[in-house]
Amino acid sequence: MFSYILRRCLISIPTLIIISIVSFVIIQIPPGDFVDAYISERLVIDGSINDVDALRASIQAELGISDNMFVNYFKWISGFPQGDFGYSFQHQKPVQDLIWGKLGLTFLITFVTLIFTLVTAFFTGIFTSLKPYTFFDYIVSFFGFLGLAIPNFLLALLLMYLSLDWFGTPFSGLFSPEYLNAPWSFAKFMDAMKHIWIPVIVVGTAGTASKIRIMRATMMDELHKPYVDTARSKGLPAYKVILKYPVRHAVNPLASTIGWMLPELVSGSAIVAIVLSLPTTGPYLLEALRSQDMYLAGTFLMMLAVLTIIGTLISDILIALLDPRIRLA
Amino acid sequence: MTSQTHLEQSPDTELNQTLSAQAEDNGSDIAYASKTKLMWLRFKQHKVALFSAIMIILFYLVAIFADLIAVQDINKYAAKYKYAPPSAVHWVNSEGDFTWPFIHDLKRELNMETLEFEYTEGDKEFPIRFLHRGYEYRVLGLFKTDIHLFGVDDGAALFLMGSDKLGRDVFSKIVHGARISLSIGLIGVLLSLVFGVVLGGISGFYGGKIDTFIQRLIEVLMSFPSIPLWMALAASLPPQWSPIFVYFMITLILSVIGWTGIARVVRGIVMRLKEEKYTEAALLSGANNFYIIRKHLLPGATSFVIAQATLSIPAMIIAETSLSFLGIGLRPPVVSWGVLLQEAQSIEVIANYPWILYPSFFVIVTVLFFNFLGDGLRDAADPYMNRA
Repeated sequence: MFSYILRRCLISIPTLIIISIVSFVIIQIPPGDFVDAYISERLVIDGSINDVDALRASIQAELGISDNMFVNYFKWISGFPQGDFGYSFQHQKPVQDLIWGKLGLTFLITFVTLIFTLVTAFFTGIFTSLKPYTFFDYIVSFFGFLGLAIPNFLLALLLMYLSLDWFGTPFSGLFSPEYLNAPWSFAKFMDAMKHIWIPVIVVGTAGTASKIRIMRATMMDELHKPYVDTARSKGLPAYKVILKYPVRHAVNPLASTIGWMLPELVSGSAIVAIVLSLPTTGPYLLEALRSQDMYLAGTFLMMLAVLTIIGTLISDILIALLDPRIRLA
Repeated sequence: MTSQTHLEQSPDTELNQTLSAQAEDNGSDIAYASKTKLMWLRFKQHKVALFSAIMIILFYLVAIFADLIAVQDINKYAAKYKYAPPSAVHWVNSEGDFTWPFIHDLKRELNMETLEFEYTEGDKEFPIRFLHRGYEYRVLGLFKTDIHLFGVDDGAALFLMGSDKLGRDVFSKIVHGARISLSIGLIGVLLSLVFGVVLGGISGFYGGKIDTFIQRLIEVLMSFPSIPLWMALAASLPPQWSPIFVYFMITLILSVIGWTGIARVVRGIVMRLKEEKYTEAALLSGANNFYIIRKHLLPGATSFVIAQATLSIPAMIIAETSLSFLGIGLRPPVVSWGVLLQEAQSIEVIANYPWILYPSFFVIVTVLFFNFLGDGLRDAADPYMNRA
């Protein structure tokens, strides 16, 4: 088991390197850079600039960047082991001072959504497979298809509209005003938990719908196999017949989807965060992209991918724990 | 993943009945049906998928003949109809008789308390005319006409789904937006198909190092959360580019991720078919690689690829809508459903003028239909498989 985990960790190292390159290249694609944007802004304010090249060079020296993409990349990547992700031009702060809080909240929302999705899919999947083609089953598949078809941002808009209609104030943000700038405490955590359910529902709906279908389908396949009949005929109580055999089997496909569920959840939470103005990665990434704040945007993009890599790693280990056949292969 | 079985009765009994009836017609005991026919027979049983296919065709027809269906010129502003609510269509006239549907003219008053315009219905009746003469346009860019499917005479304005802040008809804009929103998914999927089939085919056929490399690439691309990646790519499009160019770049960006799913399906099938006896036989008879791929491997993969491609269209439509909604996708004057929803960004607008959200209904319905169609196609893709 240990060697399996080690091997799996080693495989993800080259993937991480490729991800860092891809993130950086994508950020560099837009024509012009932060310095150009800054200079054109100065042009508007000052009217004219005597020596554009000199100004350019001085700003570049101040920000510690050069025209060469490779130099910039290696400068950025070499700081990683020390936890140095470069400098945000726009916020005039080191990137690492800016990202952790946002990434932490992104992780919190993603994690809570993941748990919500898996728990809901697990139980609903079992119930609908035990009583297929009933009213409850049809209701679930109806909402399932609807959940798959509604874009996340639209669901967020609708919930915002409904909360305005029902409670008089539109839902937005992750904290009540009194906790907004307060340091982290148990009370603040509980306050966040009170607000978190709307983004969790919005981000989780589509995933939950497809996971219920997977769980239901594998359960339906397993329920009629001879080993279930055997378990029943030897007199096991009904809950044990279900939970101990077919459910154990049906959990595997569910667990193996965690890996590719994470990119979906992170990507869904990014757009929902923009609509609901949550203090997570989404809005800040968008802002950084717009202002061409390359190190900040690159680090955000890379960290989001890293988050999903770690998730895939965990899900692979989880599957290996659940299914001995994979461990030994 | 097994798909849901919608039919109570085993689908194969029905299939067998059809086939045996056919056999009797031919006067023999042997029923014959080609693979395509078997697929069609199985697809036909999936009633929801069949209905979805018809609706999707209808949507595309509306998109092609958008000007015929549209009521108003979407480039014409009418300040006096700012945020007019959807017109109430009446069936009963002032005498209480049942008549041809008509609408009333609109009267606008400024509410001095809220400082908002409020619309009330006037007394005049305007029947909704079939094949009405409205604004001039060109059919498919060829010849000029002014015939519209329906409309009302001057003096009143027909807003089936209300009007926007510049007094333009939301319904007409949705009809026009269908062109971009529906075609972006189709073109994006075509591009993904090209990338996916070529790279997935190479990966599955040659195996070895090329396979490992392509699979690694797919893994990396899939581990990026798609919306942030799309955001990064879309934000890199300079604002001075022409709308048409931005449109093509957005489709290209959408297919950057879209191809990975298709490539995986193609690779799996090619790897399986490569081991089949007939492929081996062709190889031993001296057929070259290209011939084998074209003649033996691709035909086997076609139906699965089509099903997978259909299932990836909805994601593209949602992505375009989301990007445009955020303001980093398509921009006005281009009309797409996402661009239309940009107006719904503020909660005040949604609260006061909820009909601005109408385009989202069409996004949802289109995605639903594509999902159902894709499910049906996937079930029909392998007609030899026995469904439990």
